[in-house]
Amino acid sequence: MFPEGFKIIRHLHHHESHKSPRTHTQSGTVKNVQTSDNRKIKVVRRVLDVNQQMAERNRQMFHENGVFVLNIMSSPGSGKTTTLEKTLERIMSNIKCAVIVGDICTTNDADRLARSGAPVVQINTDEFGGDCHLAAHVIEKAANGIDLEAIECLIVENVGNLVCPAEFDIGEDLRVVILSVTEGEDKPLKYPLMFRECDAAILNKIDLLPYLDYDSEAAVQNILQVHPGIPVFELSAKTEEGFKPWIQWLTAQVRSNRNH
Amino acid sequence: MHEMGIAMQIVEIATESIPKDMAHARVARVNLKVGKLAAVVPESLRFCFEVAARETPLAGAELHIEEIPVEARCNDCNHEWTISEPVFTCQKCNSGAIKILSGRELDIETIEIADEDATNVS
Ligand SMILES: Nc1nc2c(ncn2[C@@H]2O[C@H](COP(=O)(O)OP(=O)(O)O)[C@@H](O)[C@H]2O)c(=O)[nH]1
Ligand SMILES: [Mg+2]
Ligand SMILES: [Zn+2]
Repeated sequence: MFPEGFKIIRHLHHHESHKSPRTHTQSGTVKNVQTSDNRKIKVVRRVLDVNQQMAERNRQMFHENGVFVLNIMSSPGSGKTTTLEKTLERIMSNIKCAVIVGDICTTNDADRLARSGAPVVQINTDEFGGDCHLAAHVIEKAANGIDLEAIECLIVENVGNLVCPAEFDIGEDLRVVILSVTEGEDKPLKYPLMFRECDAAILNKIDLLPYLDYDSEAAVQNILQVHPGIPVFELSAKTEEGFKPWIQWLTAQVRSNRNH
Repeated sequence: MHEMGIAMQIVEIATESIPKDMAHARVARVNLKVGKLAAVVPESLRFCFEVAARETPLAGAELHIEEIPVEARCNDCNHEWTISEPVFTCQKCNSGAIKILSGRELDIETIEIADEDATNVS
């Protein structure tokens, strides 16, 4: 991952640590090889496989209940809660939704979202060690507080962070990243994993463009450079300009889930 | 940012991987593969690992991190290359239909048991 600057470039020529000479051969051929000092034991396990398994379990549970799960991610303040509020206003009459809010930045997110009439579960991630992302087991626990049979769509507002949530599958069907025009145009290039992992991107706060020296064409271009073909919705969650294509697209996604 | 959680997972998996016939074995080194796309900062992970390993069979163990480059293959022209800039289109034909072959790893490959303990058991 390359949170600050682009690590691929910085580390490309010196990723071999000097103080620790290589004693292992290529992967797959090292089982119980006697090295100079230590006895090597093959493990070959993904560090996050516990989360992965839990995410698959969640996915199965959601599917069994016919619930479509949307995971919304962004930096703090890009407009996750506002976009969600406006989205719920428009889709609640067609699609019964519930919300899990994990963002620790503001405490009133849950209240704002509950006004839509959707059941809202607020997660205090501090409880789980002040995490910078929602993990699959946290979602499982939060989902216990929701009547899954009564809803068709579960929307998760992830923790405001462009790095960590990209690494943690929560059992969702769809991931959407929000970037706002008050952030750098080059953010997609700095956080490529997030933009690659997502199925759609929203460029929010376009109502502010007349007041800013922001190149939204470059921002969209950068998103597409990292994830060719990804749908990008340029909108304002405040004025709801550009909201229609997003709602149409999202509705179609939920519908297509209904049909199988 | 979540390196402590990851370090704790590494300690847990490594501890589980110590063979049953090597009770009291001490792990001297953990060999980890970290893809350049993985959301992990190696320096920070090493620091957290040292803390997470305290009072476990991994106390004082070295965390050896092999960083794995991002390799891709074009679905349209089969060209394979190493992605070293945040451009995820084919170098040759400009297609956006590419497959990432490596670079997402966060895998424990091997653990190394300190020899003095390994010989103690049999
Ligand atoms: N001008 C403008 N402000 C917005 C827009 N969307 C959100 N905001 C404001 O940005 C701030 C953060 O929004 P919020 O939805 O709480 O972001 P979150 O942290 O991602 O959930 C709030 O003050 C919002 O009112 C928008 O489209 N235009
Ligand atoms: Mg919020
Ligand atoms: Zn090609």
